[in-house]
Amino acid sequence: MLTIKADEATKDYDVIIVGSGAGGGQMAFTLTLAGIKCLMLEAGRAYDPVTETPMFQRRDQAPLLGNATPDKEFGFHDATVDGGWQMEPEPYTQASDKPEEQFWWWRARMLGGRTNHWGRISLRNGPYDFKPRSRDGYGLDWPVDYHEIEPYYTKVEQLIGVYGDNHGLENTPDSPAGVLQPPPKGRAGELLAQKHGKTLGIPIVPIHRAVLTQKLDADRLPAVLFPGNNWAQKIVGDAMRARSACFWATPCGRGCSTGANYQSTTVHLPPALATGNLDIVANAHVREVLVGADGKATGVSFIDKTTGKDVQVNAKAVVLAASSGETVRIMLNSKSPLFPDGLANSSGLVGKYIMDTVGTSLQGQIPALENLPPYNEDGAGGSHFYAPWWLYKDAAKLGFPRGYHIEMGATRGMPGGGNPLPDDLGAGAYGSRYKQEARRYYGSFMGFACRGEMIPNDNCFAELDPSVTDKWGIPVLRWHWKWAEHEQRMCDHAEQTFKELIETMGGTVRGVTTARNRIEPGGKIIHEVGGAIMGSDRNTSVCNGYNQTWDVKNLFLVDGTPFPSNADKNPTLTIMAMAWRAGDYLVDQSKKGLL
Amino acid sequence: MSHDYQEPESLSAVPIMVNHLPRLPRRTVFKWFVAVATALKLGDASVFGAEPLPSVPPVSATGYGGDPRLNQAYSPGEVWPLTLNRTQRAAATALADVILPADNLGPAASEVHVIDFVDEWVSAPYAAQRLDREIMLPGLDWLDAEADKRFQRVFAELAPEQQQAICDDICFEPAAAADFKTAARFFSRFRSLAAAAYYATPPGWEAIGYVGNQPSSSYEGPPQEVLTRLGVEQTV
Repeated sequence: MLTIKADEATKDYDVIIVGSGAGGGQMAFTLTLAGIKCLMLEAGRAYDPVTETPMFQRRDQAPLLGNATPDKEFGFHDATVDGGWQMEPEPYTQASDKPEEQFWWWRARMLGGRTNHWGRISLRNGPYDFKPRSRDGYGLDWPVDYHEIEPYYTKVEQLIGVYGDNHGLENTPDSPAGVLQPPPKGRAGELLAQKHGKTLGIPIVPIHRAVLTQKLDADRLPAVLFPGNNWAQKIVGDAMRARSACFWATPCGRGCSTGANYQSTTVHLPPALATGNLDIVANAHVREVLVGADGKATGVSFIDKTTGKDVQVNAKAVVLAASSGETVRIMLNSKSPLFPDGLANSSGLVGKYIMDTVGTSLQGQIPALENLPPYNEDGAGGSHFYAPWWLYKDAAKLGFPRGYHIEMGATRGMPGGGNPLPDDLGAGAYGSRYKQEARRYYGSFMGFACRGEMIPNDNCFAELDPSVTDKWGIPVLRWHWKWAEHEQRMCDHAEQTFKELIETMGGTVRGVTTARNRIEPGGKIIHEVGGAIMGSDRNTSVCNGYNQTWDVKNLFLVDGTPFPSNADKNPTLTIMAMAWRAGDYLVDQSKKGLL
Repeated sequence: MSHDYQEPESLSAVPIMVNHLPRLPRRTVFKWFVAVATALKLGDASVFGAEPLPSVPPVSATGYGGDPRLNQAYSPGEVWPLTLNRTQRAAATALADVILPADNLGPAASEVHVIDFVDEWVSAPYAAQRLDREIMLPGLDWLDAEADKRFQRVFAELAPEQQQAICDDICFEPAAAADFKTAARFFSRFRSLAAAAYYATPPGWEAIGYVGNQPSSSYEGPPQEVLTRLGVEQTV
């Protein structure tokens, strides 16, 4: 994908966007199509999914059969390059030695960021999810409600393409008719779980994922998204035509060279570049946001990693979309006489209230799925079904106030790379008996995972480490983490539920957890949000409902940082909806001369 | 993966647990060493001191780094050198074929070059694989020593029933005699790795019943035969 060198970024830019993932990509798309000249800074390298994605590569064609290594922590074919849980040039530290009080921080260092490998699960927050404190007294409300955000959810779904359907379930919003793409057929295990889930009152329905099950309607949608703007319609229409529908092979986590799923690099950035209003500089590691004497942002200082030199770029507004942790780090490192505690931090809340998703999982072995006649279960390269949270009415008696949804792993995926026949099931089998047993059990294992809402708490935050710096001498983050009792209880409930579901399906639970080790460590689900929350009072929040910081009105945060809550719904779709809305607001404010 | 829940790409498999490999206690390694030394009739193991294991030379290669070319097909030996010697390869090839023989479900392990993947694995520069190296190399040596002790030949040259006699003693750790527990751990690990490689190949896919990795213009879901057996209906 076309990038320019750091010393070529000399235009008179209107807006600098730091980060190229879901938030930065959406912002670039929205602003450039409104005629705003943008410079995007990406800390990682340029990346082109069209030429780099491993499509159809088999495990026997990858080192170590594609298994994870410290170099590629989600396996060899995972899209993420130059990133991971640890990156030598950019360390981070933990305030506590206790593993349960540590935060796992996943970073991608590539154009498109985490969107290249994400699971594509695209769920709308429901009405309750914007007003959690008003409902149950815990956590924090958003300064916006569902109805204000709904049109943007619809626009994002129309732009990126999301499959799924509508069920009218509580706090699980339907999309307007005709917006979603058709969901894919259920697989054997998913249909079996759906049938047995019914007897337990668990609604297992098609999930929403950003994968094209058919080509986008490029003749109709651009006019819906950009009414009256022929120029924008042409650009967006061309970008939609360049994307193919899913061909039902190759896992989405590898990325997609045909653009059949959403990643910033195939959906947001190509049309933004086509406007001629976007320049992208890769390998740009941001040191700080610069401010003028009037307290407004004037630009950004970054390290050009290709030369090691400091570079300064200027613009009329700055947008941070670097991920919660990285945006917090940049803000806290942006110290000046006007902002001695970091930029836009008069509330003292920059870095506070960081959240992840509550995760736990359980696997079962289901005899009904043994020895099934072989058939293709690759499907849409990820899950087809899930169970939205179904016990809103029972919150008072459950012992934890918020919900979780259930994701499930189907069964007959590409084999190899692991032992298909656990020793306890094979009882020492070798020879032809081993091969028969492997074939018998293949496809009979199912995993169920809890993805639940964490309530923000005072013990989960990031600050600058007082002594550790990165390769370029910039202070790094030090993490603080502590799950609350709510989240632990949610995991207890989820595990019990999965056990019942597996047993109702006639299966046996595999693997047990002890009472309190079932919750995944903080950060492990990579749904890091919060850290510069939005609110309606400048004393108790960092930005307003338009992602605009209270203290610096030409500074916008459009990644997960402004989230004051983290519903069980995966955050990416909401990040994009909020970013599009913030972009419209930025354009409007700019036209009125208010920035 | 951002982390929407996805099982490893190999959905059916118990992962090889690269990141969570139970760390082999040094005393276990030492027991290995004793077992190997005893089997090799080398006398009192203690004369060799503790570590490193003399039969496990370290690997010196480096990993593929955080940014390898992904859309490329690699072969074992291409990314780092293979390190098993001829004797070890012969034992491993024979053992893999005992575990995964040619039959009506597909070819033998050796026909799909399983041993190259095993060699790549134990030659890899990463910590998890180095632990496996400390199990596999002494294990292969033990196999030949045990074959020699019982039948005066190396494992690869034994008759099938002789190979089976040894495997029967070590194929299932819970049932193995005390003397064979360590060898049984090796066998389990070797079987996992050989199967991980075998089922990663197209003939392995056919053997296990995987159909996929091919483009299609539509996705039809399970055929009626599958739905009927499960007593479910397609609901989409």
